[in-house]
Amino acid sequence: MALLLLLLLPVAGAAVLGVIGAHRRAPEVNALISVGTFLAACALTARVIHQGTVLLGDEQFFIDPFNVFLVALTAFVGMTTSLFSRPYMRVELEHGRLSAGRLRLYHSMYQLFMFTMLLALTTNNMGLMWVAMEAATLSTVLLVTLYRTPGSLEAGWKYFILCGVGIAQALFGTILLYVAAGKVLGAQGMTALLWTHLDAVKSQLEPTVLALAFVFLLIGYGTKVGLAPLHSWLPDAHAEGPTPISAVLSGLLLNVALYAVVRSKVLVQGALHSQLPSQMLMGFGLLSVVLASLLLWRQRDIKRLFAYSSIEHMGIATFAFGMGGAIATFAALLHMTVHSLTKSSIFFTAGHAAQKAGSQAIERIRGLITLSPTVGWGLMLGSLAILGVPPFGVFTSEFLILTAAMREQPWATPILLAALAVAFAAILSKVQPMVFGEPSARRLTHSPALLPVFAHLAIVLLLGLYIPPYLAEWYRAAAHLIGGP
Amino acid sequence: MTHLPLDQQLLDSCAALLLLLSFAMLSQRRIVTLVNLYALQGAVLAAATLLLAWRTGEDHLYLSAALTLALKVAFLPWLLHRLIRRLDVYWDTEPLLNVSGTMLAGLVIVVFAFALAQPITRLADTATRSAVGIAISVVLLAFLMMITRRKAMSQVIGFLSMENGVFFGAMSASYGMPMVVELGVALDVLVAVLVLGVFFFQIRERFESLDLHHLESLKEHD
Repeated sequence: MALLLLLLLPVAGAAVLGVIGAHRRAPEVNALISVGTFLAACALTARVIHQGTVLLGDEQFFIDPFNVFLVALTAFVGMTTSLFSRPYMRVELEHGRLSAGRLRLYHSMYQLFMFTMLLALTTNNMGLMWVAMEAATLSTVLLVTLYRTPGSLEAGWKYFILCGVGIAQALFGTILLYVAAGKVLGAQGMTALLWTHLDAVKSQLEPTVLALAFVFLLIGYGTKVGLAPLHSWLPDAHAEGPTPISAVLSGLLLNVALYAVVRSKVLVQGALHSQLPSQMLMGFGLLSVVLASLLLWRQRDIKRLFAYSSIEHMGIATFAFGMGGAIATFAALLHMTVHSLTKSSIFFTAGHAAQKAGSQAIERIRGLITLSPTVGWGLMLGSLAILGVPPFGVFTSEFLILTAAMREQPWATPILLAALAVAFAAILSKVQPMVFGEPSARRLTHSPALLPVFAHLAIVLLLGLYIPPYLAEWYRAAAHLIGGP
Repeated sequence: MTHLPLDQQLLDSCAALLLLLSFAMLSQRRIVTLVNLYALQGAVLAAATLLLAWRTGEDHLYLSAALTLALKVAFLPWLLHRLIRRLDVYWDTEPLLNVSGTMLAGLVIVVFAFALAQPITRLADTATRSAVGIAISVVLLAFLMMITRRKAMSQVIGFLSMENGVFFGAMSASYGMPMVVELGVALDVLVAVLVLGVFFFQIRERFESLDLHHLESLKEHD
C-alpha cells in the first residue's frame, strides 16, 4: 500500500501538473505532492524496520534496508527541494528567464523524475531498473535546457548523448546478466532478471560472462554516477539547468546510479571469487577524486564548482564500496546520505546567491554575509560541512573511510588525503570572498526559502555528532547486505 | 563442412545483413538515406525475430517482432523523415575521419567484437552462436559512427542503431528479454526520439543550424 502510494503519487502529480503546472498555485501543488510522497516513504520505511526485507507485487518489487534508506532520502530531499523551488522559480519567472508554459513543463517533469528514481530504487527487476534509469535521463534532459540559452542547449545535448550511450552499454550488461542467469534459473524469462533470484544463485553464474557484464554495467551506470573519465556531462548539466534540478541531480540521481552499480557489484563479486569488481570500483573512484579536486581550482562558476565537488564525493563513496568490508561500506552509505543532504543545501544557497548577484560567476558574487546573513551563513556552513570539517557528518564518514583505507589499502590513503586537502583549499579560497567580500547584489521580490538549507545542515551536524542507535543498526544491516565477506 | 539447417542459414544471413547495413550507415553522408538504412536494419531485425519465434514457438517473440516492425520500421523512420523535412537537414558535413579510414577502423572493431563475444557464445545455445559477435559489432560500429559525425541528426541515428545492436544481442543470446522489460525499452526509445525532436527545434531556434560545433563553448571551462 505504502509502496503503491509512493509510486503512484508522483505519476499522478506529473499528470496533474502537466495540466495545471502553469497555474499561480502550481508550486504549492508540487510541494504538496512531494510531501505526500515523503509520507508514503516514511510508512514504507517503518514497515521495513518492523518486518525486515519485503517482496511485493509478484516479486517485482523488493525493499531491503539498503534501498529503503535511499528511498527515504530521495523522498526527503525531493520534498525539501520542492519547498525551495517555490520562491526560487517565482523569482526566475519574474526575472523573465522562464515563461509560464515552461514552468508547467518543469513541474510535470520534476514529479516524473521523482517517480523514475523511486522506481529504479524499489524494483527487483534489473531490466526494469535500466528502464527507470533511462527514463530518469529523459525526464531531465528538457529540464537542463529549460532556459534555452546556448550553454544550456549544449549541456542538454551532452547530457543526453553521453548518458544515452552509457546507458546503452548498461543495457548490454543487463542482457549478459540475463544470458548467464538463464543457464542457471532456466530461460522461462520472468525470474531470470529478478535481483533476489540472481543473488540466490550468484555463485553458480558463469564468471567470464559476468565479468564482461560488470564492465558494461559499470561503464553504463558509472557514466551517470559521474565517475571520471565519463563525467564531462555532469558539471555542464548542473550549471546550466535551474538550481532545484542541480540539487536533485547532484543529491539524488548520482546516488541512485551508484545504487545500481553497487547492486551489480554484489552479484558479480559473488560469481567471480576474484577482486576484479572491487579493484575497478576503487580505481574509478580514486581517479574521480583526484581529477575532480584538481579541476576544482579552475572553476569560475559557483554551480560548476560544486558540481565538481559532487564528482569528488561520488568518487570517495565509490572507492569505499570498492574497498568493501563492514566499516567501509557503512561509511560509504553514511557518506551518500550526508553528501546528498549537504550538497543539495549548498545548491539551494548557491541558487539564491546567484539570483541576488544576477550571475553565477564566482567573481560577481560578493559579500553575501552583509546583504543576507542567512544565505551567507548557509553557504559558508554548507561549504565547511562538505569539506569535511568536524563536527559535521561528512567528517565522520570520510574519517571512517580513511581509517578503513589505512588498514586495507594503505597505498591509497596518501592519495585520498592529498586530494581532500587540495579540494579543501580550492573550495574555501573561492567561497570565502563570496561570503565575506565587498557586497554586490540586489533585493529579491520573494524571500528565499532557507528552511530546507538549515534543516539539511542540522541533520548533517546531528549525524556528525551522534548517530542514533536504530539508524546505526540500519546502516549496519545495509552494509551487511552489500558488504559481503 | 557441416551442413546447417535452413532456418539457421537464414538467421545467419540476417545477422550478416545487419552487419552490412551497419557498414553502409558508417559510410553514408546523406541523412535521408541514413534513415532508410536504419529502417532497413529494423526490418531485418524484425525478420530475424520472426524466424526465431517460428523456430522456438515462443509467443512473446511474435509480439516483439510486431513491436519492432511498428516502431523501428514504420513510426521512427516516419518521424525522422518529418524532422529532416521540417529542419531542412539533408547532408552531413565531412566526417572527422574520412570514409576509408572509418572503414578500416570498423574492420578492426569487428575483429575485436568477435573476440569479445567468445565467452558468451560458449554459453549461448548453438542456434545463435555466430550472431552474438555481430550484435556486439553493430553496437560498436554505431558508437564509431556517433564519434565521427558532426550533425546532431546522424549522431541520433547512430544512437538508434546502437539500440538495434543491443536488441539483436538480446535476441540471439537469450531469445529476447522478458516482455515487461522489452516494452519498457521500446517506450524509452520512443520517448527519447520525441524528446530529441523537441530538442532539435530548440537548438535550431537558437543557432539556426544543427551543426554540433556550435555546442562547444562550455569546453573551455575545463
